[in-house]
Amino acid sequence: MAKVPVQFTLNGAEKAEFIDSGTTLLHALRDKIGDTSPKGGCHQGTCGACTVIIDGELRLSCLTLAETCNGAAVTTTSGLSEGGVLHSLQRAFLDAFATQCGFCTPGMIMAAKVLLDHTPNPSREDVVEALSGNICRCTGYEPIIQAVLTAARSNSQNAV
Amino acid sequence: MELRKSYFADQRKDDLHEIGQPRPRSDSPGHVTGKTTYFADRNFPGMLHLKMVRSPHHHARIRSIDTSEAEKHPGVVKVLTAKDVPHNVYTILILIQIGPEDETVLADGKVRWKGEAVVAVLAETERAAQEAAAKVKVDYEVLPAVFDMEEALKPDAPIVNEYHGRNYYLYDSGECRKVRFGDVEAGFATADHVLEQTYQSSPIEHAPTETTGCIVAPEGNDRFTCYTNTQAMFFTLDNASIILQMPGNKLHFVGGTVGGGFGGKVDVIVEPIAILGAKLTGRPVCFVYSREEEMQISSPRAAEKVVIKDGVMNDGRIVARKVTGYTDAGAYSRHSPYGAQKGAGHYPGPYTIPNVWIDTYCVYTNRTPSSAMRGFGVTIGDFALEVQMDKLARLIGMDPLEFRFINAYRDGDMKAHRQPTEGAALIECMQEASRAANWPVAEKFMTMSSYAKGA
Amino acid sequence: MALALQTFPTVEDAGAALKAAGTRYLGGGTLVVRAANEGDVSISGFIRSTEPALSIIRISGGEVRIGASVTMAAIARHPDLAPLAHAARAVGGPAIRNMATVGGNLFAPTPYGDFTVALLALDATVTTDYGELPIETFLAKRESNHAIVTAVGFTLPKEGGFRFLKQSRVKPKGVAVLSIATVLEQAQDGTVTSARIALGCMADRPIRARAAEKALIGRKLTADGIAPALAVAHDGTSPPTDPIASAWYRNEVLPVHLGRLLLA
Ligand SMILES: Cc1cc2nc3c(=O)[nH]c(=O)nc-3n(C[C@H](O)[C@H](O)[C@H](O)COP(=O)(O)OP(=O)(O)OC[C@H]3O[C@@H](n4cnc5c(N)ncnc54)[C@H](O)[C@@H]3O)c2cc1C
Ligand code: FES
Ligand code: FES
Repeated sequence: MAKVPVQFTLNGAEKAEFIDSGTTLLHALRDKIGDTSPKGGCHQGTCGACTVIIDGELRLSCLTLAETCNGAAVTTTSGLSEGGVLHSLQRAFLDAFATQCGFCTPGMIMAAKVLLDHTPNPSREDVVEALSGNICRCTGYEPIIQAVLTAARSNSQNAV
Repeated sequence: MELRKSYFADQRKDDLHEIGQPRPRSDSPGHVTGKTTYFADRNFPGMLHLKMVRSPHHHARIRSIDTSEAEKHPGVVKVLTAKDVPHNVYTILILIQIGPEDETVLADGKVRWKGEAVVAVLAETERAAQEAAAKVKVDYEVLPAVFDMEEALKPDAPIVNEYHGRNYYLYDSGECRKVRFGDVEAGFATADHVLEQTYQSSPIEHAPTETTGCIVAPEGNDRFTCYTNTQAMFFTLDNASIILQMPGNKLHFVGGTVGGGFGGKVDVIVEPIAILGAKLTGRPVCFVYSREEEMQISSPRAAEKVVIKDGVMNDGRIVARKVTGYTDAGAYSRHSPYGAQKGAGHYPGPYTIPNVWIDTYCVYTNRTPSSAMRGFGVTIGDFALEVQMDKLARLIGMDPLEFRFINAYRDGDMKAHRQPTEGAALIECMQEASRAANWPVAEKFMTMSSYAKGA
Repeated sequence: MALALQTFPTVEDAGAALKAAGTRYLGGGTLVVRAANEGDVSISGFIRSTEPALSIIRISGGEVRIGASVTMAAIARHPDLAPLAHAARAVGGPAIRNMATVGGNLFAPTPYGDFTVALLALDATVTTDYGELPIETFLAKRESNHAIVTAVGFTLPKEGGFRFLKQSRVKPKGVAVLSIATVLEQAQDGTVTSARIALGCMADRPIRARAAEKALIGRKLTADGIAPALAVAHDGTSPPTDPIASAWYRNEVLPVHLGRLLLA
């Protein structure tokens, strides 16, 4: 079976791989490139654990073919902390007990990041809407919603 | 968070540093950075993928299995059937002497529920395994199936599981677990009112966000490392050792990180067959449930039926309680005989009742085998009991919370299964609940204590 | 056989490649990649075209043309398509909307196809590499025509003329119990002069509620006025029973939701 080349940036770093044609971005990231922060909870688009950001837009890596990402900028949760300092969302999730088993967490953080990138001061409804494609079976969502609101507040305080 | 220190002050030292303090969880930093390693976050060169051919029927005899086409499919490395499994008939709780062995790792001669594993296909890619699985031919003779516990208990019902020979689990106490305390009929005779109600529940799926699975790597020295998300490491290791007829020291289990379990990952299902695959091929093997398998194949919480008959006095005292509980084990035991037994101990509820009669049955049907889930054997019973308590309070025109104070167990009370009550805190919890919910009760209940009657 | 993706710069080339057995056109992939992931071995290859026209929204003189690769998110944020934003946002969660295309939605089986319900009420035309078809004709034989959809076109409804409702159990995102879209025209005095009502989840694909449409003509949008239309709302429906709702339930609640939409 012919391998095909894919090339994109992952969290700012250039990546190039030969993959089997038809491979999903989730498999390419996890099995080829070694970034296992996106999780596979369903491979059906329903759980959101595989959520990544592609060119600034929220996407499900389980339903995206890796080849369609050639030249794109891919962001995952593993690339958020800088120099060992947690991103404000990571900090807020940690402080607010917004992660239990942790399996949904990387996807939740991606969805929350896109929200805050576009809507720095979201309402509770905005947060609920932004996370609506992500399932958490452990927390009951409330701590996650609170974490996102807290991160938004801490971002705006730091900006002042 | 507030720790209320007025209760049980004499039972507790007050120099606690951790309890009552919020502490960061040690695993959270890994979770929020995506660094926590779940079993599937490992990748081994040459890893094979296992896909299961499953029964499309609820109950059927297997006339023949033809794997020849599947074996020839490109990318297929091994196809496993019942004859490949060293000790194919097992039961999880055999480790604590709860037998008989009643379940097959791979179906042998018969399938007893829709979704039962029949043939395992190991291939280079998931896709090749899926394609080959579609080429396995199984010839079935469909048998009558039974899905309802009452139907299953009728004398002419089809027998679901020949290893039991009857559609219920035979305890050492007979056809059900029994609790007998006082004289329940005499209690009903003296009661001002008798209320009998039936409560039923459907199976509930845990739906963990991470599906059940494992990766097994041969270590080259006849030892195998199994990376798994099981919630029951040593249960799984010991059962795998029995099923594979392999000493436990050949098996190294690595786990502890579970992407949601809720009881759904205590069965021993994926590991033994994956280890067998690794042993017979000499290659790492990954067996992970698809989302559909997680929802349809993994054991749910059992369906239950609970019949509660209570005798109650106008002054609020429950004088007799008779409960018949039915737990739908599905086609195999797994943890259900234990769940039904737990129900027997639990059904009087946290109440002191002088006359109690309890029978709990573990029933076999052609449904997906059920197993553990958050307080199994207890949770559905609690739902039934507390709805019943509300109904009883309404029947005698009493406030439902005060009604519970009257019947609440306290230290020293003898429970129906003859364990004296110790460390009860129901009264104190209800006092706090009364305040928190702004649901006032009479002063005499607010001054009650779990320590002693009449306090 | 392993899966493979073939990308073509033109629709024509993609169309030729799509003649091979086992190939499926790839839109956003939210249904077709999902099917492959779930082990649908009938799919052996994905075909897509990157022809730029497929991704363009064109609006001139009230006539709208949306390329088949345009996503729900792009429709939802387009300022001139504001009346339809609600219907586009009814599809999936945020990530799904960034992927789900208009072309793919036309093929989505019940309980999906919410945006197609809107297009059906708008009486859209569907353009394929073989020509243009009225949407109803297209939907009736969508499985068998093997064409590539390149665009949908429709006339923007008058201010307030388009209404859309999706009922789901989980909020804000959930699979539909049913969805309803209406395009109504009313005379000065409020009498309905023309009506198109499209229903989702009331059959295996979106359908028009012809009897209800007819019963609305000449009536006013009052409780009394719409009563005859509600009474015949489930004429010709054959809703599925699925994990979201039973056929019985869908038929029971259809007049309730249609009534709310018409009186809104
Ligand atoms: C979690 C989840 C939630 C969802 N929720 C909703 C919802 O709420 N409402 C809803 O309506 N849908 C929903 N869907 C279904 C789906 O996302 C949408 O219907 C979407 O619009 C499908 O478009 P797509 O581009 O992703 O289709 P694809 O998966 O790419 O294609 C679907 C089918 O259409 C064919 N096709 C696609 N484009 C073309 C074309 N241009 N020409 C010819 N054939 C084509 C494909 O070959 C395939 O057979 C959901 C899906 C998921 C996974
Ligand atoms: S793995 Fe992609 S949404 Fe669940
Ligand atoms: S923390 Fe377990 S699924 Fe969200």
